[in-house]
Amino acid sequence: MLVIEDVHTHYGKIEALHGVSVEVKKGEIVSLIGANGAGKTTLLMTVCGDPQASSGRVILEGRDITRRPTAEIMRSGISIVPEGRRVFPGLTVAENLHMGGFFNTKSEIRKSQQHVYELFPRLKERENQRAGTMSGGEQQMLAIGRALMSKPTLIILDEPSLGLAPLIIKQIFEIIAKLRDDGITVFLVEQNAHQALKLADRGYVLETGRIRLQDTGANLLANPDIQNAYLGG
Amino acid sequence: MLDAYFLQQLINGLTIGSAYALIAIGYTMVYGIIGMINFAHGEIYMIGAYTALIAITGLAALGVAFLPIVLLVALICAVIVSSSAGWAVERIAYRPVRGRHRLIPLISAIGMSIFLQNYVHLAQGSRNMGFPLLIEGGFRFGAEGDFQTSISYIQITIFITTLICMAGLSWFIAKSRTGRACRAVSQDLGMSSLLGIDTNRIIAATFVIGAALAAVAGLLLGMYYGSIDPLFGFIAGLKAFTAAVLGGIGSIPGAMLGGLILGVSESMTSGYLSGEYKDVVSFGLLILILLFKPTGLLGKPEVEKI
Repeated sequence: MLVIEDVHTHYGKIEALHGVSVEVKKGEIVSLIGANGAGKTTLLMTVCGDPQASSGRVILEGRDITRRPTAEIMRSGISIVPEGRRVFPGLTVAENLHMGGFFNTKSEIRKSQQHVYELFPRLKERENQRAGTMSGGEQQMLAIGRALMSKPTLIILDEPSLGLAPLIIKQIFEIIAKLRDDGITVFLVEQNAHQALKLADRGYVLETGRIRLQDTGANLLANPDIQNAYLGG
Repeated sequence: MLDAYFLQQLINGLTIGSAYALIAIGYTMVYGIIGMINFAHGEIYMIGAYTALIAITGLAALGVAFLPIVLLVALICAVIVSSSAGWAVERIAYRPVRGRHRLIPLISAIGMSIFLQNYVHLAQGSRNMGFPLLIEGGFRFGAEGDFQTSISYIQITIFITTLICMAGLSWFIAKSRTGRACRAVSQDLGMSSLLGIDTNRIIAATFVIGAALAAVAGLLLGMYYGSIDPLFGFIAGLKAFTAAVLGGIGSIPGAMLGGLILGVSESMTSGYLSGEYKDVVSFGLLILILLFKPTGLLGKPEVEKI
């Protein structure tokens, strides 16, 4: 589904990714864990073409998207729930959802909106509220809902649990599992390594711009090095 | 004191203020979306006025005298030409330098402004040209011999046309698909492109919408003042920019309010003090409002909830 091949990404003259290769297969949940500044967000954003990789290739369903503009990439069946959620604060919940389904017909939008409201009944209650006035957890639900509006085959989530209450985090991870059951491929970046690996079919560990380990989620959870470094011993 | 003289100043002020508001929207929309001032916007308005004049003269030469047709054709021509100019300004002066230092697009936009002004100088001559009034007459009320308040039909036309444009724009921004995208892009441009939206097209659309409204103002104020010249856009642009800042730049209702306040304060100053002082008062007002409310009357401070 998504193949990242030996990708190098630069911010100006500084190289943030030193040749990263990751593969996400259809129907999988793949988790990428790593410390602050390891380059997790950079890797996700490189997939989206913002910034573009300076060398290496990003292949989505057999098509090389490395040099495509962001807007075009994001119209080819891929959605992102970005770091910090980035809902449109001045738009209502319904308007945010409409933006997510911008390129779909009205009836498709209505159907996807219904589906999102079933996943997150809270959003239905807040339909006409401005997104900026909602709590962090509600905004995260909205960001996920917005990403689902375009009916993606691959959804990328960047730290969906960041700054949220444990109860909400649990709910978010349940939803992510449900997405996979609905046939959506999930590429998840998390600092919450325990939850992320428990959920994942496979996981990657990114350290200062390089993949250090890759294995099944269960094996990584059991790995003593990982336990020491990311799971608090 | 609500006497006839005061009422007259109020009417004059609201007329000119509503036209300022139409121009101010162009500044405020562009600022709202890319955080920069379109310094060529005054010229877009001037080009609208010239195009309307050329269309009116052409129609007169062809013997078309039916007023609604003349106005409609002049309006359509002005809107098309100004919108194209607005699109070109974005394409030439802004897009190639987007993402660079903020001073660079500022300078290229001033360059566009100088170019457009001089182009009109060359093509149309630098002397001012008479603009036919077209809509003559008006109402008068008040006792004979006393000061009579008058509202001319052109003033009513300006006011009503502005109201229609504002209502149309408000609907467009609030309800239409592109309007929603405009708001989304102005709130988070990067996120909008992460949703697959071609942000360049949305940015171009705001330049075009602002230019179209400026063209409407060009036709209306051309008729109102009765003459235009290539510098016609400079002062009006400065005033409209002031109106946009006064109301809170980036806010569309703010631009409308700012325009009206500016227009009324100018006509009151002209009416009660002297015409010489009207710019002093309007810019003084701007300074005062910015001192106490730096974001303008309806502007929102930029807060981000994390």
